[in-house]
Amino acid sequence: MPSGWSNLYFHPPAVFLPTVPFIRKMHELSIVQSIVSIAEEQVRKAGAQIVDSIELEIGTLAGVEWDALDFAWQAGVPHTVLAHAERIVHRVPARARCSNCQSEFELPEWFAPCPHCGETFSDLLQGRELRVKSLVVS
Amino acid sequence: MCDTCGCNQPADAVKILLIGEETKLMHDPHDHEHGHGHHHHHHHHDHEHTHGGKTVIELEQDVLAQNNRLAERNRGYFEAKNILALNLVSSPGSGKTAVLERTLADLKDELAFFVIEGDQQTTRDADRIAATGAPVVQVNTGKGCHLDSDMVNRAVKKLTPSDGAIVMIENVGNLVCPSLFDLGESRRVVIISVTEGDDKPLKYPDMFHTSDLCLINKVDLLPYVPFDVEKAKHYALHANPKLQFLEISALTGQGMEEWYDWLRSTKNQL
Repeated sequence: MPSGWSNLYFHPPAVFLPTVPFIRKMHELSIVQSIVSIAEEQVRKAGAQIVDSIELEIGTLAGVEWDALDFAWQAGVPHTVLAHAERIVHRVPARARCSNCQSEFELPEWFAPCPHCGETFSDLLQGRELRVKSLVVS
Repeated sequence: MCDTCGCNQPADAVKILLIGEETKLMHDPHDHEHGHGHHHHHHHHDHEHTHGGKTVIELEQDVLAQNNRLAERNRGYFEAKNILALNLVSSPGSGKTAVLERTLADLKDELAFFVIEGDQQTTRDADRIAATGAPVVQVNTGKGCHLDSDMVNRAVKKLTPSDGAIVMIENVGNLVCPSLFDLGESRRVVIISVTEGDDKPLKYPDMFHTSDLCLINKVDLLPYVPFDVEKAKHYALHANPKLQFLEISALTGQGMEEWYDWLRSTKNQL
């Protein structure tokens, strides 16, 4: 198999397509950019200027790192309609149904056992939410 | 998470390249802001009411709705063409490209393969795939840590896979971020290798939760490493009780026939 280096150097010149400024980079930053897009669209539709507050619902197992989201928020919202918005985050606790006794329970983390029977297998019912619940615009 | 990729990269940082393509200057037909272009597709049941100049909008919209909508369009395209599209995810170095190379070489007379390679930089992986004779598009994500449905949508348009083919999408080597981004694949395949820790499913459960099949690669090295296959499976099943497993070695070919059977039977289920 070729090493790759020779191909890299003698490669036919490439067609490079510019990307759209859409989801890429660290995924928390992608998420903030998506939230900004959603907010801009709603502001435009409402004929408003800015977002006063935004309510988010994020599941505890949504795969979103809180500190990273906070960092990405600081980086992603200046000069957008969200620049001065109050951010209200509702954490949706993960809930699961036990595969053994079928009882439903709160899952503090992946792999937590059923508090009723100790079974460690369960099906996730909620906790992966990543939603914009509401906006106040003016 | 990827601490290093929080910087802003220029808008043309993602490069999508069909290996072997001639040079030509063209303008990207997608060169518009996606964040604003598709609101006619939205069907939110948003309710508005006004309080003293302020409008309250009850939205309940998924943050990744835009990615997910485009992913569903990709999925529809694959279904209409009877294409099995696989999203291959793993840490860097688990052997995704080696598994692909061997699969393409062994099955090239039986099945038509088209490949999308995702990496931050270089066409090295795509060049390896091109050497097997399969059409391949390289997506360089620049600073990006995952493929998204828009990149795959654009890559597929360059790739033009034939009806009934298998499209292999090799994601960026990263067990964290790609788990959130639906590409429109038919199945998601997570690859771990026995040179990694057998507790990887405990540390990165999201990826195992969202995958359909787990390939455990490099099993020829099991006599020399402390990896416990049963323990790894046990951990992974906790994140996803429906996960299937195959133990393979892309180097020696061990277990590859079972993987090929999985490809055939999954394709027949479409």
